[in-house]
Amino acid sequence: MSVIQVQRKPLSLAERTYIPQILSGMKTTMKHIVAKPVTVNYPEERPEIPPGYRGVPTLVRDPHGREKCVSCQLCEFVCPPKAIRITPGEIPADSPNAHVEKGPREFEINMLRCIYCGLCQEVCPEEAIWLQNVYSSSGYTRAEMVNNKQKLYELGGTLPDTHLKWDKKKAAAEKH
Amino acid sequence: MSAPTATAATPDLVTVNIDGRDIAVPRGTNVVEAARLLGVNVPHYCYHPKLPVVGNCRMCLVEMGVPAVDRETRQPVIDPATGKQKINWMPKLQIGCGTNATPGLHIRTTTPAVRQARESVTEFLLVNHPLDCPICDQAGECDLQEQAIAYGRGCSRYIEDKNVKPKHTQLGPRVMLDDERCILCSRCIRFTKEIAKDDVLGFIDRGSHSTLTCYPGKQLSNNYSLNTVDICPVGALTSTDFRFKMRVWFLKQTNSIDTESSVGANTVVWSREGQIYRITPRRNDEVNDTWMPDSGRLLYKQVRAENRLTTETPLADLIAQAKSLLTGAAAPGSSGMGDSPMGSGGMADPAMRTGAAAPSTDESSVPHNPHGRVARATQSIALVASARSTMAEQYLCKKIADQLGIPVGAIHVPAHLGQGDGLLVSADRTPNTRGALLCGLATGLPKPQLTQLAADIDAGKIKTLLVINEDLAEAGITPEQLAKVSIIYLGTHANATSAAAKVVIPTQTVFEKDSSFVNQQFRLQRSKAAIPGHPGTHNDLVVLSHILVNLGGHDFAGSPIAAWSRLSEETPELAGLDYLTIPETGRVLDSTRFAHLAFPETEGLHYKPAAERQEESGARMQESEARP
Repeated sequence: MSVIQVQRKPLSLAERTYIPQILSGMKTTMKHIVAKPVTVNYPEERPEIPPGYRGVPTLVRDPHGREKCVSCQLCEFVCPPKAIRITPGEIPADSPNAHVEKGPREFEINMLRCIYCGLCQEVCPEEAIWLQNVYSSSGYTRAEMVNNKQKLYELGGTLPDTHLKWDKKKAAAEKH
Repeated sequence: MSAPTATAATPDLVTVNIDGRDIAVPRGTNVVEAARLLGVNVPHYCYHPKLPVVGNCRMCLVEMGVPAVDRETRQPVIDPATGKQKINWMPKLQIGCGTNATPGLHIRTTTPAVRQARESVTEFLLVNHPLDCPICDQAGECDLQEQAIAYGRGCSRYIEDKNVKPKHTQLGPRVMLDDERCILCSRCIRFTKEIAKDDVLGFIDRGSHSTLTCYPGKQLSNNYSLNTVDICPVGALTSTDFRFKMRVWFLKQTNSIDTESSVGANTVVWSREGQIYRITPRRNDEVNDTWMPDSGRLLYKQVRAENRLTTETPLADLIAQAKSLLTGAAAPGSSGMGDSPMGSGGMADPAMRTGAAAPSTDESSVPHNPHGRVARATQSIALVASARSTMAEQYLCKKIADQLGIPVGAIHVPAHLGQGDGLLVSADRTPNTRGALLCGLATGLPKPQLTQLAADIDAGKIKTLLVINEDLAEAGITPEQLAKVSIIYLGTHANATSAAAKVVIPTQTVFEKDSSFVNQQFRLQRSKAAIPGHPGTHNDLVVLSHILVNLGGHDFAGSPIAAWSRLSEETPELAGLDYLTIPETGRVLDSTRFAHLAFPETEGLHYKPAAERQEESGARMQESEARP
């Protein structure tokens, strides 16, 4: 290959003074001094989480306080990293939700395994598992990083329900 | 019944055409089965190959045509366009399950009319079906769920209220009924009536209010009640034991054998992560059709039973203790260690070798004959082997007995007898009595009481007992007699014998090991390990082969394959067989060597006692002689 000689152009007078370059740099600096900061003082300040954010998976209750999960184990099945572990159980006959028959006796999500993909939420036929706005979870041991049923319901809270399928079913049975 | 077995002796084949393909099937085969032979699925709910045909679900509707024949001349009508015989297609659809193959029958299963019929039936079935799939145990193995995906609309046109029916009916101790899910196929009713002969189920009320129920004051409590759960095409009948325990799609299926009796019903063990959740029957038309007794389904509970024996002592130490007891009893004589077969025995594990050598008291005093066998110095050892052991285990027991010079009279195999129920629980409650006979462990029919052994212990002739998974207290040995002998016990669960034993080596259940059994028909069947061994237990075959090696015998490395290679060489009935080639449906062995034995089994499903079989064949011969 032949060598191409590049001619270096001599600097102009303005360039040699460096003043235009310094001014343009100062302009950027000044703009940012007066602009609103893009960072927050985490953890004292928390960012606003947009709707549809896929945070920590949680379990939710319906507006009447019934736990929506019926332990069908579809999320356990679909979970790619196998983070979910459910122990199914029967709802006792004296419970107000006895007509639902089945509920989780234990529900564990291992947050060390979870990849926040949201497939559990997508597959849930009862709309019981939701990836909500909790984005930070930490712990000192591996065991702390496994969210059990109680923790999942604490994180999840209550979500509105448009179907109330089980309430309708109970009403139909009572009408009968 | 339409199963193609009735005409198996004289094949009377008829050719039918299904979706344009010809197939020859035995006369009497129905269209659903004929289509199955071609790999064409005709969906159905009420039809079951082992139950009478009722044709009430209408899901198997197909288009049907017969070759045209001229009414006057009785000559085939030829279609001029094709040059073949014309097919007269019936104007309406016919049910496949209730139509038997006739010569030239034409079937179409893929036409728009058939698809529309299936969609309509599915829609009607779903009208009153609850949306229970997330909580229904049948989900994942539900015919209705599958057909709803194939032929369902995806959304309901039904705006009225669905029927409300009882959802928690306990039909019997093991079966739960959810009436809302029932699609009224009547399989369970036909099963209890025709197979179990316990006619307690029936429908009451009419139309969509029809309800499955038990006869007042009765229960579905017979020993075959859980078969109704298996054949229920939806989740109406569920097993109380399996209810809400685990979804079926997580469970691994392993082919196994029901070991509760000599019937050897073929089973599938469903497990997940080393835990068994349920046992269901596996179809074998020669043994158990598609059924199995309820009692056999609960056997998996023995794996995690409270009285399961476990140990933390290393196996090498246990074997060493066993060996010192056995060789100590075999001969208080003298011989050098020089020609000990230990060195050449091929004991792979050096820890085992040192472990075996360390605590032994009089190991160096084992005399050997030139063949490397322990000399027949005394006969103070008796072996109590088990008809519950697998073929390979029994063979190794026999080898150990030979090695120790235990005479035939001191090998005992206790029998476990009960009442045969005429179906799938036989009088012999062990899975492998025939295996013990084949490999020479038992020389005659086992007896329930070991009176000879008791007498020998009382007489002081027997000092050491090697017991394989048998409770001697059950076999008539008193606690005083047990206290008189040193016992080496290999077994799965604690009992009086294990409590009295000097050395206890915990072993494994049939679910934890590969095994093979010979059932009452002399059918050799294989059962695979479904789960890993329970912690603190050891595979029987490994334990036995370690004992055998320590006594100077051949090393079988604890593998059924190695044991089988020798076993099939030495047993004429098993010639040419090896462990891995035992077919899934079993192999019937030659039983002429044992024709003189009066086995305790009475007639059952697919089994007739030898005496009755002979009478029958005699009668048939007389008939055939009388005919000309």
